[in-house]
Order: sequence, then C-alpha cells, then structure tokens
Amino acid sequence: MGDTQRPAKKTAKSRPKPASTNEPQFVQLLSPEGRRVKHPDYDLDLTQDEYRGLYRDLVITRELDAQGTALQRQGQLGLWPSLLGQEAAQVGSGRALRAQDTVFPAYRELGVQWCRGIDLISAFALFRGTDLGGRDTVADRFNMYAIVIASQTLHAAGYAMGVAMDGAVGTEDGEAVIVYHGDGATSEGDFNEALVWAGVFNSPLVFFCQNNQYAISESNARQFVLPPHRRAEGFGVPGIFVDGNDVLATYAVTRAALDRARRGEGPSLVEAYTYRMQPHTTSDDATRYRDEAELDFWRAKDPIVRYRKWLAAEGLADEAYFAQIDTEAGEQVRALRARVMALTDPEVSEMFDNVYAEMPASIAAQRADAVDFAASLEDGSDLR
Amino acid sequence: MTTMSMIKGLNEGLRRVLEDQPKSLVMGEDVGRLGGVFRVTDGLQKDFGADRIIDTPLAESGIIGTAIGLAMRGYRPICEIQFDGFVYPAFDQLVSQLAKIPNRSGGRIRLPVVVRIPFGGGIGAIEHHSESPEAYFAHTAGLKVVACSNPADAYWMIQQAAAGEDPVIFFEPKRRYHSKGEVDTENAGLDMYRARTVREGRTATLIAYGPTVDVAENAAKAAAEEGMDLEVIDLRSLSPIDWEPLFASVRKTGRAVIVHEAPGNVGIGAEVAARLTEECFYSLEAPVLRVTGYDVPYPASRLEDDYLPNLDRVLDAVDRSLEH
Repeated sequence: MGDTQRPAKKTAKSRPKPASTNEPQFVQLLSPEGRRVKHPDYDLDLTQDEYRGLYRDLVITRELDAQGTALQRQGQLGLWPSLLGQEAAQVGSGRALRAQDTVFPAYRELGVQWCRGIDLISAFALFRGTDLGGRDTVADRFNMYAIVIASQTLHAAGYAMGVAMDGAVGTEDGEAVIVYHGDGATSEGDFNEALVWAGVFNSPLVFFCQNNQYAISESNARQFVLPPHRRAEGFGVPGIFVDGNDVLATYAVTRAALDRARRGEGPSLVEAYTYRMQPHTTSDDATRYRDEAELDFWRAKDPIVRYRKWLAAEGLADEAYFAQIDTEAGEQVRALRARVMALTDPEVSEMFDNVYAEMPASIAAQRADAVDFAASLEDGSDLR
Repeated sequence: MTTMSMIKGLNEGLRRVLEDQPKSLVMGEDVGRLGGVFRVTDGLQKDFGADRIIDTPLAESGIIGTAIGLAMRGYRPICEIQFDGFVYPAFDQLVSQLAKIPNRSGGRIRLPVVVRIPFGGGIGAIEHHSESPEAYFAHTAGLKVVACSNPADAYWMIQQAAAGEDPVIFFEPKRRYHSKGEVDTENAGLDMYRARTVREGRTATLIAYGPTVDVAENAAKAAAEEGMDLEVIDLRSLSPIDWEPLFASVRKTGRAVIVHEAPGNVGIGAEVAARLTEECFYSLEAPVLRVTGYDVPYPASRLEDDYLPNLDRVLDAVDRSLEH
C-alpha cells in the first residue's frame, strides 16, 4: 500500500464516469467551475439572504476550523481534527435541518455545530482537555462528539426508534434524526447494525456519510468494494450519492432525506463525496500516504471558490459582501480564540463528579484523598 | 409470602416495573413472542405489547447501543443479553458508551439502562453459555454491577435496578433459575447495594454472590455438623461493594474465604482480599483465601463439576484458614 494512487485512476475504477464530465455520477447542482447544473430529482430555490447565509457559514466555518489548527500548533489545544475541504457537506446538510431535528455528530462536525447555532467552545474545550465535551445536548438537539468510530450510529438508531415510538413522525412537520459518520465508519460493525435497526424499525434516521476518501491513511479501497450509498440499498435503506463539495446539492439531498424521515417513510443514507484537505488530525502526517498532485486535483473542486463564483455571477453577492464576511469571520476567530485561551484547568475534585447519579462512598473517599494530596503538594507540607 | 422460582420472581418484578413506569421497555433477542430462552419475559409481550417488549435483531452491540439512544430520548430500557458469553460483541457500547456518557456529559445525561445477563455454569451447556464475566464490568467506572442469588432478591433487585438513574449490569445465576423460595411481594426488599448476612457465625466468614451463595450456605451447614460456626455474606452488589458489613464480619471472625465461579485471577475476590487486608489487617488470623474457577477457559461441561467451587473445596479452604 506504499505506492500512491492517483485519484482519477481510483474513481475510474470504482465509479462509472458520465461521458461528458470528469465527475462521478452524483447529484450535483453546482459544478466546480461555479456553473449551475440541472438535476431531474433535486433542485433548490432559496432566497437571496439564504444563499448569502450559506456563503457566510462556509467562510466562517473554514476560518474557525483553521483557528483550531493554529491553536494546536501554538500548544493551546492537544489535538485538532480539521474539516478543511468538507465545509459544503457540513453546511449544506446542517442548514437543511429543522429546529426539531436531532443531530448525532462524529468528531469533525464543527460546521454542523455552527449551523445549529450552538456555542463552539465545547469542541475547543474537548480538544484542549479542559473537559470531556459535555453540553446541554437535550436543549441543543446536538449530541456530544463521538470519538469511537461509528458508536454514535447506534445511539442515533435508538433515538430515532424513540422518536417514532413517541408518534413524532408521520407529518410534514415531524421530527427527523441525522447521524454523521465517515467512510471509515462504514467498516465498523456498529454502523452495519445501525442500518439493520433503522431498516427493520423503519426509523426516521438519515445516515450522513462524509466520504472524505480517508480513514487516517487508508483509502476507500481498504474500506469497501461497493461505495456506502450502494451498500445501504442492501439493508433496504435508500442510498443517495451527492457531490459533497457542492453546498446546494448537499442541502437539497439532505432536505429530501430528512423530509422522507419526518413523514415516517423511513431511513436513508446520503453519501457526500468530498475530500479531507488536511491530515486526519494535527497528529497525522498525510505526506506519508498521499501526494501533492492529489491535493491539487481536489483544490480545483474547492467548495467555497465555486460557490462564490456562482453567487457573483448570479448577482446574489458582490465583492463588498465577500469583504464584509471576511471581516466578520476575523471577528469570530478573535473572539473564539480569546475564549479558548481563557479556558482554565478543572479542579482535581471534578474528575470524581458525575460518575454516578449519586457518588458512592468509595469514590467520595478517593476524592477526599486526592484533593488532600494535591493540596499538600501545593502548600509544600508533603515535601520530603 | 408467595413461593416462586427465580424466573418467576424476575418475571413478576419486570411486570411491576412495566406497570409502574410507562417509559420502561424490555428489549433483546427472543424476549417477545418466545418469552426469552429462559422464559424470564414470558407473557410480557402479550400484556404490554410489541412496542414495549421488543424482539431485537440478533446483534448485541446494537441492543446496547440503541438502548442508549432510547434512554437519551427518555425511555428506560431493560435489555436482555441471552447468555454471558454473548455479551462481548457489546463491550464497547457497555464500557465506553453506557458507562461513560453520563460522566462525559458532566451529569447532564443519565442513562437508566438495565442489562440483564444470565451467568455462570453448572447447567451442562456448550461453550460460551457458562461464563462469569462480572469482573470486566465491575472494573468499569460508571456501571453498577449486581448479582441476585434467590427469588426474593430477584423480584426486588430487578425493580430497584430499573428504578435508578444509573446503568446496571444485572447478573442472574442461571443454575439457580428454577430454585424456589419465599417472596414477600408487599414489603420492599433490602437495598440492592447492601450486602446481606445470610447466616451468622464466629469461626470464619464466607463471602459469595450469585450462584455461590447457595454453595457457601451448604458448606456452612455441613461445617456446623463438624462444630464450625461459619458466617455467610451475600455481596449482592459487586460494584460498588458494600464494604462495612465485610469489615465488621472479618473483624469478628478473623478469617475470610471468598467464593466465586469466575477465574480467580484479577477477579472480584482479589479486590475483596486486598481491601480486607488493608482494612482488617490486625484482625486477620490467616491470609484471605479464595475458592474460584481456575484460570483457564470454562471447560467442557463434563468437567465443570471439577471447575466450579463446590462444598468440598469451600470446606477445604476453611480448614486451611483454620490451620493458621
């Protein structure tokens, strides 16, 4: 596996190409050149404000994510899993959600979290190591990041069962559940079990697979023979293949899948074909398994560049608007950065909290010992 | 007082949970139409419906993982893992998700999920049907682990487990499933996190749980005929352990023998022995001894009588303790 595979060759092998373009046969509404494309099944007709809002989301997400990488490089975070390149997949799907919908993220979903209007500090606290990423997930309808790959797919499947049992589906305004995962997750048993569950219980669940081509260093070739959207069909779950670098197509496809779920018509899987432009995390060295030519291939498909071109060409936004968004993104970054730097270490006693609903005597005794011991080191009384 | 088997005690206990708590669910393989392979859930689907007594796909990680999701939605699932040796496919969902999500969330999420596991040997079964995996779960912070040993405890402890806000791994000794006992269904039983002194004595303390409580009681009866007066304690809760009754007993008797079916290496008995040594060192007249399964895979069933702690091995350990 040491040799470098060229992406063109890889896609040609597993995905039939349409005659006229270089793209796999996925749903696309906006070409890499910024040209609006018609699709027989999917369309999107938003207001000017909504179209501009998507641009704002894309740019701010990219800038905040870049700040995550910078903070890690400066020693302020222990780790950062960058989403660079995946902004359209996250913003398109995130904006397709309705207020009543519930999200089960993996651990790279900063853009979805942004779209849901949830304070992003929790992601930074998690990777700074000041807490484990807890938030008010019930109020947010956005669960904690899941680090064990595909573990969250089962939680989402169970939650979606509960939504159906509550009678909260079956109308145009029903509840839907979406679970985010990657291409690597599709190899895990939990993912496959979740598809079985969602299928046989006909649950209101959308599997949103960001196929970013890599599970750390391993390409799609080591995860599946048939791509996820085709594998879903084997579980009786419709699979939809979409250009994950196209914010409009991702929005349209996800909205349709969510609407199907909320109407009580069952689960589906959206495979958003995209690319992780950064290493897996800041701890990874991607030069060991992919080359610059491959990155160039995907740079040409950048989700923000194409969207900006289209907005400008359609007269939906101008340079002044783009500049205004850049300014706002800078402000967001500065504000977040200051808050991250201000996150303080938790107290020693806090690790003993919330292990159980009520603290057992054995843990209370250990907490008292640990607190006393830490204090004795602090005041020097235990120095020998 | 009613006489019933442990299976009936569990069944009646579950029935009361389902009646009292509308959000409670029973889920697992074959728990619905069949009533479970041991019939613990017999008749429940008929009375409470297929939405509350859920026959699941055959996937243990899926059972626990979706129970977590249902609990996040406000339900209170009681899962059945069909046999002890089938729990391992669910290991990540149990130890990394069910156990840790409440802590990860800073206490904002509670997962009131009960996982029932028939455990232990002595029934002549094939491989993977006679194991005692309790130490894996007792080792995991965030899980509570209990084992019932008689019909009355089965009846009350399953209700207590289902009433709490923490995940509980609930071990049922399958070789005691058909044993009968008196059950007082009116007056709530002892808190499931409290150890119970089954028999008082002064010569030595036998500490057991689940299937070995009966073994220890029989050993104490036999020893009584030889003039020995053994105290027997049923741990009931394996995590957290109710330490004070153990310390008090060992300070009185000066001798302790722990009896469990699981292999001794890094088992519950090792923890009990360590803590007794730390807390009761000056009261001990002899080393704390263990009578356990051997540190080998559970053997073919024709050998299980030699593998399982029995009356003779327990009395031999008592003799060795008294030699000091």
